[in-house]
Amino acid sequence: MAGLSELASRLRTELGTEKVIDDRQELRTYECDGLAHYKVVPGLVVLARSTADVAAAVRACNDAGVPFVARGSGTGLSGGALPHADGILIVMSQMREILEIDRDGQRAVVEPGVINLQVTRAAAAGGYYYAPDPSSQQVCSIGGNVAENSGGAHCLKYGFTTNHVLGVEFVDPSGNVIEIGGKAPDSPGYDLLGTIVGSEGTLGIATRVTVKLTRAPESVETLLAGFDDTDAAGQAVSAIIAAGVIPAAVEMMDALAIEAAEEAVHCGYPEGAGAVLVVELDGPASEVDAQFADVKRLCDQAGAFELRVAADDAERALIWRGRKSAFAAVGRISPDYIVQDGVIPRTALPEVLRAIADLSGQSGVRVANVFHAGDGNLHPLVLFDDAVDGAAEAAEKVSGQILDLCLQHGGSITGEHGVGADKAKHMPDMFTADDLDTMQLVRCAFDPNGLSNPGKVFPTPRLCGEVPGRHRGAHPLVEAGLAEQF
Amino acid sequence: MTDVLDALQRATGGHAAVAGEADVAGGVPAKWVAAPGSTEEAAAVLRTAAAEGLAVAARGAGTKLDWGTPPRRLDLIVDIGRLDRVIEHAAGDLVVIAQAGVPLRTLGEQLAEAGQRLAVDEVVPGTTVGGMLATGLSGPRRMLAGAVRDLVLGVTLVRADGVVAKAGGKVVKNVAGYDLSKLVCGAYGTLGLVTEANFRLHPIPPAAAYVTARVPDAAAAYAAVQRMLHGQFVPTAVELDRPEPGGPVEIAVLLEGTEAGVTARTAQAVEALGDGAAEGPQPGWWGALPAGDVLVKVTTELTGTGRLLDGIEKAAPAAVRGSAGVGVLYASVAAPDAAGFVLALRDAAPSWQGSVVMLTAPPEVRSEVDSWGPVAGLELMRKVKDRFDPDALLAPGRFVGGI
Ligand SMILES: Cc1cc2nc3c(=O)[nH]c(=O)nc-3n(C[C@H](O)[C@H](O)[C@H](O)COP(=O)(O)OP(=O)(O)OC[C@H]3O[C@@H](n4cnc5c(N)ncnc54)[C@H](O)[C@@H]3O)c2cc1C
Ligand SMILES: Cc1cc2nc3c(=O)[nH]c(=O)nc-3n(C[C@H](O)[C@H](O)[C@H](O)COP(=O)(O)OP(=O)(O)OC[C@H]3O[C@@H](n4cnc5c(N)ncnc54)[C@H](O)[C@@H]3O)c2cc1C
Repeated sequence: MAGLSELASRLRTELGTEKVIDDRQELRTYECDGLAHYKVVPGLVVLARSTADVAAAVRACNDAGVPFVARGSGTGLSGGALPHADGILIVMSQMREILEIDRDGQRAVVEPGVINLQVTRAAAAGGYYYAPDPSSQQVCSIGGNVAENSGGAHCLKYGFTTNHVLGVEFVDPSGNVIEIGGKAPDSPGYDLLGTIVGSEGTLGIATRVTVKLTRAPESVETLLAGFDDTDAAGQAVSAIIAAGVIPAAVEMMDALAIEAAEEAVHCGYPEGAGAVLVVELDGPASEVDAQFADVKRLCDQAGAFELRVAADDAERALIWRGRKSAFAAVGRISPDYIVQDGVIPRTALPEVLRAIADLSGQSGVRVANVFHAGDGNLHPLVLFDDAVDGAAEAAEKVSGQILDLCLQHGGSITGEHGVGADKAKHMPDMFTADDLDTMQLVRCAFDPNGLSNPGKVFPTPRLCGEVPGRHRGAHPLVEAGLAEQF
Repeated sequence: MTDVLDALQRATGGHAAVAGEADVAGGVPAKWVAAPGSTEEAAAVLRTAAAEGLAVAARGAGTKLDWGTPPRRLDLIVDIGRLDRVIEHAAGDLVVIAQAGVPLRTLGEQLAEAGQRLAVDEVVPGTTVGGMLATGLSGPRRMLAGAVRDLVLGVTLVRADGVVAKAGGKVVKNVAGYDLSKLVCGAYGTLGLVTEANFRLHPIPPAAAYVTARVPDAAAAYAAVQRMLHGQFVPTAVELDRPEPGGPVEIAVLLEGTEAGVTARTAQAVEALGDGAAEGPQPGWWGALPAGDVLVKVTTELTGTGRLLDGIEKAAPAAVRGSAGVGVLYASVAAPDAAGFVLALRDAAPSWQGSVVMLTAPPEVRSEVDSWGPVAGLELMRKVKDRFDPDALLAPGRFVGGI
């Protein structure tokens, strides 16, 4: 491909040879993200070390009309960092310096390749942490978190990435470096930051990120409750919320998920439980003590047959281990599985879980449920064996039907894993053509040539030359019968 | 002229009229007022405006139509007062969907019946949901709950061309598509007319207490705020008030939670705040903006509060008040001093990493100094505006950089 080899030599000159990869074998390392069933070998890889590197690479792409895709740690589960065969993959993982921990100002300034958990580690000595905690926090990058607006178990109380990012240095798709936001709140103008967070790399590349640090809580209490079934556990969740308690986390697992976790990590969850809840409260000791008593009572009343309170951090870790290992653990009870990610209003949980059970029963496809019960973010694990004819298709179908259920209940097709390449086709199920068209106005403003991570998020990219939505339908005066148009 | 009025009346089922004397925005008189009763009617109104090339400004309660730069031109005020329904309050999901014309107070009363609240303070009496979103201003509670932008989950928007679009949804967790709700938040109605919004709610805590203390100067105020920020009592809000330049500063902290928790935390906060700190009633100035001809919003990094107070003191005699716990303060100053005040603060603002925006001011001050000041990313903002409103019909000139 002539275009790309010219680009490669331009970038070698501008950035240095060691930062440009075009060896076919090496390129293969980057052919997919955490969603391994989509694979494309990138045309070229740039290992960026600085903002200038990113800007140079983007400018080169812009000049040549070549698409580019940013990649953080590559743990995304929606194919967001899936490369283009005729494009450049800009890898951010070597930009991994924590530039500043400003304890007094409760901010950290980091490069985008910094691993999420490293921010918390760096802030811990001063009594602070970085609140958004995706389960992948040991491996995923802050840049990837910004792009995906990542969430985690503690987001119910503390919010998502978007609530904790205050500024980015940003390379727009023309290669301009722009500062947006910073340590102070409310910078004047449109909230471009709020728009960029969660845009999955389609508006440009974050090259530096300013985040909020959160005071580490004085007290943390964690309990594990065993219930006969998910209905009872769901009732407990509703009762807790109705009592005005916002726990730091409320996680639920059903029987099949428990079975998988037991087999994998022997977490010793209550014997015979049809569902378990992990409930965590944190905050000032006086507050946590009062609320924790309520939570225990409410779980009891909802029919918990066993309540286990973590006496110390070691026991807390054990309780969480089962939950956190659930995805991986499922691999032990099924050769293959799909991790679905959908959202429903929390009050619809019992109904939707029953409907999922029905789908499973009718199709013979097993579904294990592990999820963030507090905010209605489901992660049904749809199990199958690829060696069995038609099994993958059946699982795909059930997985899609679960998303339909989420939408029927007023929910969303993704709560944290993003749309990426995987769910772009489902966007029209959730949004009208006009809704999508309006999002495209933003896309076209940032990226008129459509080079930044094209093919992700939106099912049909538009040409930005036409002015969307205008001159549609009849002239209002014609409509009103006051004029004619020929 | 009459054709336009006819079309507007058809669009609104008769709720359109020739503008009266009171129908001005930022001092600019309008020619017509239309009051749509639904999103569909609002769309019909904006389609009419687009076809006729009418410049449009939205009006909620009209409490702050003079915020932002006055529109360059104005033909039509779209009054959203008839969009006054709370569409859905899903108490179990802590979510509400309200039309833009609902007054915040009415919404609050309704939510309180279920023991819940939208954790945004009604800083100016009368504020509507739409006006709150468009100005994007939040009061003291934003420290713990987040600002308006952090609480909005979704919006229904009518574009300049009359197309209706929704973004976000009614679940707390949702990452499908671009977050246009945040984009229109604080956009002063320059990207579209918001007809409906979905918000995340919080339970109303059973107990609340205020702790206040008076400290002599800016340095002491900074130290006191720092102690509040780094303690373990998790304040809902940390505010300060300095009515006289160079004078003492009052610090006030709001603590909310369970009865037992608030009692214990209040005692801790009193101790940490130090000399003269005491639990007391809500200060009279709490959650209100300082009164004066010219109102300026100044933001800072959290370590900049002391420098900011000093900077204000040096620049002109001004009263200062605001959310020290998040780094957002409001200064009010007399009109004759205002332009110099704003310029001096803008010179100094980089040293506390903040911005200086003049929210409201008499015309003679506005003509002397740009309300918005320097804006990072302005070119990108212009491009966004051009895509959403290529003919510059929505509140033209009202926003940053003449947008
Ligand atoms: C076991 C497991 C558990 C997970 N649990 C969670 C969870 O609990 N919550 C959750 O939210 N996610 C979870 N994820 C998904 C994933 O970890 C997150 O989406 C994460 O934010 C991706 O970060 P990354 O650095 O790996 O990004 P990548 O996968 O490398 O990229 C993700 C997207 O971000 C873009 N991007 C990357 N860097 C930048 C940048 N600097 N500027 C602009 N765009 C950029 C890419 O183009 C791509 O679209 C999980 C994944 C795994 C494998
Ligand atoms: C001294 C002072 C201090 C203030 N401080 C705060 C504060 O800290 N927090 C706070 O919340 N408020 C504050 N306010 C402002 C007040 O709350 C705002 O004026 C209010 O939010 C506007 O509400 P409204 O319904 O009266 O809107 P209006 O005054 O009618 O309109 C305000 C702006 O919003 C636009 N607009 C209105 N409705 C819509 C809509 N549906 N779609 C698109 N655009 C629309 C208008 O065109 C106009 O530009 C302050 C006001 C004053 C005078």
